[in-house]
Amino acid sequence: MRELTCDVAVIGAGPAGMAAAIAAREQGAEHVLIVERDIATGGILQQCIHPGFGLSYFNEELTGPEYADRFAARVQELGVEILFDSMVLRLSESGGLICSSPNSGMTHIKAGAVVLAMGCRERTRFNLRIPGTRPAGVYTAGSAQRLINRQNEMVGKRVVILGSGDIGMIMARRLTLEGAKVEAVVEIMSYLAGLTRNKVQCLDDFNIPLLLEHTVTRIVGERRVEGVWIAAVDEKRNPILSTEKFVACDTLLLSVGLLPENELTKAAGIKISPITNGPEVNQYMQTSSPHIFACGNVLHVNDLVDNVSVESQTAGKAAAQYAAGELSAANIIDCTAGTGVRYVCPQHIAVQSSDTSVRLYFRVRSPGGKTRIWAQRGDEVLKEKVVSRVSPGEMEHLDLNIPSTFDKSIISVQVEEVV
Amino acid sequence: MREQEIICTVCPQGCRIHIIGDETGVHTVTGNTCVRGDIYARSEFVRPVRTLTTTVYVENAAEPLLPVRTAKPVPKDKLEDCMAIIRKAVFRAPITAHQVLIANIAGTGVDLIASTERMEGGSV
Repeated sequence: MRELTCDVAVIGAGPAGMAAAIAAREQGAEHVLIVERDIATGGILQQCIHPGFGLSYFNEELTGPEYADRFAARVQELGVEILFDSMVLRLSESGGLICSSPNSGMTHIKAGAVVLAMGCRERTRFNLRIPGTRPAGVYTAGSAQRLINRQNEMVGKRVVILGSGDIGMIMARRLTLEGAKVEAVVEIMSYLAGLTRNKVQCLDDFNIPLLLEHTVTRIVGERRVEGVWIAAVDEKRNPILSTEKFVACDTLLLSVGLLPENELTKAAGIKISPITNGPEVNQYMQTSSPHIFACGNVLHVNDLVDNVSVESQTAGKAAAQYAAGELSAANIIDCTAGTGVRYVCPQHIAVQSSDTSVRLYFRVRSPGGKTRIWAQRGDEVLKEKVVSRVSPGEMEHLDLNIPSTFDKSIISVQVEEVV
Repeated sequence: MREQEIICTVCPQGCRIHIIGDETGVHTVTGNTCVRGDIYARSEFVRPVRTLTTTVYVENAAEPLLPVRTAKPVPKDKLEDCMAIIRKAVFRAPITAHQVLIANIAGTGVDLIASTERMEGGSV
């Protein structure tokens, strides 16, 4: 088996992996190596040809390929090595990883630290268990996006989209521009899953109906999709069968959520959060295996790549520090989701011998208007802010200062609508 | 007099902006929480513009499609005209990032540019 040695090994050359690799190099790690299963950098951004990226990170609006290119240029400039067409099979017990590629066969990469940046994959019809036949024409929104934007294949002419996630809405616009008719976007919840700006620019602009509190109850068709049955749902999200109606279409796209891709993580025995489906980490994006860090959608599904870049730089920098023996073990305190909060990431904070600043990302449980957001420890409010509105589809954050004097106590993040 | 409710898309906050005006101009803008929202709402009211992103066919590159965009936003009612022109266009690599592919597309005064680069040849 071929053997390679590096300071920091990064799995995945998408936005998370590239930002982590850059930060690791900038922190002083000499040899940073990315293992990528595709033949190019950029990950999913290669097919995200729409604008809307970089508004907070670069303070300008970019398309996915443009956003990725900026990081790819820096990766090259800093001399980060990339192994393309290489699939990581497992993390090795000795601290590195094993990968394979058609050209080099099996390779054992020894690394001082590893950054997990594998991203996520889409939930399918089988995750939802939609009844009906199994014809051609049922796609996840992202695979349709890849076919249309990279492979020059059109997926259908009359389309129903289940789920109001961002990819689904963006594909509604994309399909319309390419000449298909989008009959409706169907969302089981009473609110939009994705960003409001995508509803405006992708659905409203093209008069595509959004059916909230509805779902697809059956798929019909033998060889090809011939239509779907759609019904309203009650407050328990069960279909009201008396409202069922048939919508003729040849294609059903699913935009029903993303699942962090953590097979490697689980196999390595790293602790996984049952809520985010990603590894539990501290503010350094350090997992329960101290030499393994994680960032981006493998950690928790993000709505904006800008957040991924920031979080991944933290992971890359810390991985380089760990590899150089500069990241010391510390007292760990827990961060928990309090009233109105679904999850908080990072789940742990390592208290250091001097003050440390920590950014907590979290999602609210339900949409609301003007909302007070705060972090508390016991009875003490550590930080609070008021935002004009909240939505489960839009990640919130709080920046905390953690003094060295904090002991084992728990920090909880809470939200409350202000009347 | 014309009234319009506009959901602001400048930032993820999504303010609901109420705007009243007529042919002579905008009279009142309410509901925005920043100056960017005011500018956006006025532009939406008078003539909405959008950045068009799509792909063009490249006949001699490893991948058949190249992502493209308009260099600036174009009037929303011109999107269809732009797409009709783009659909028929064929290009050849090499193409550099931000290279102008179609100047003044559909008479909008805006150029269609490459979002990224494409090398010649290769295989996927």
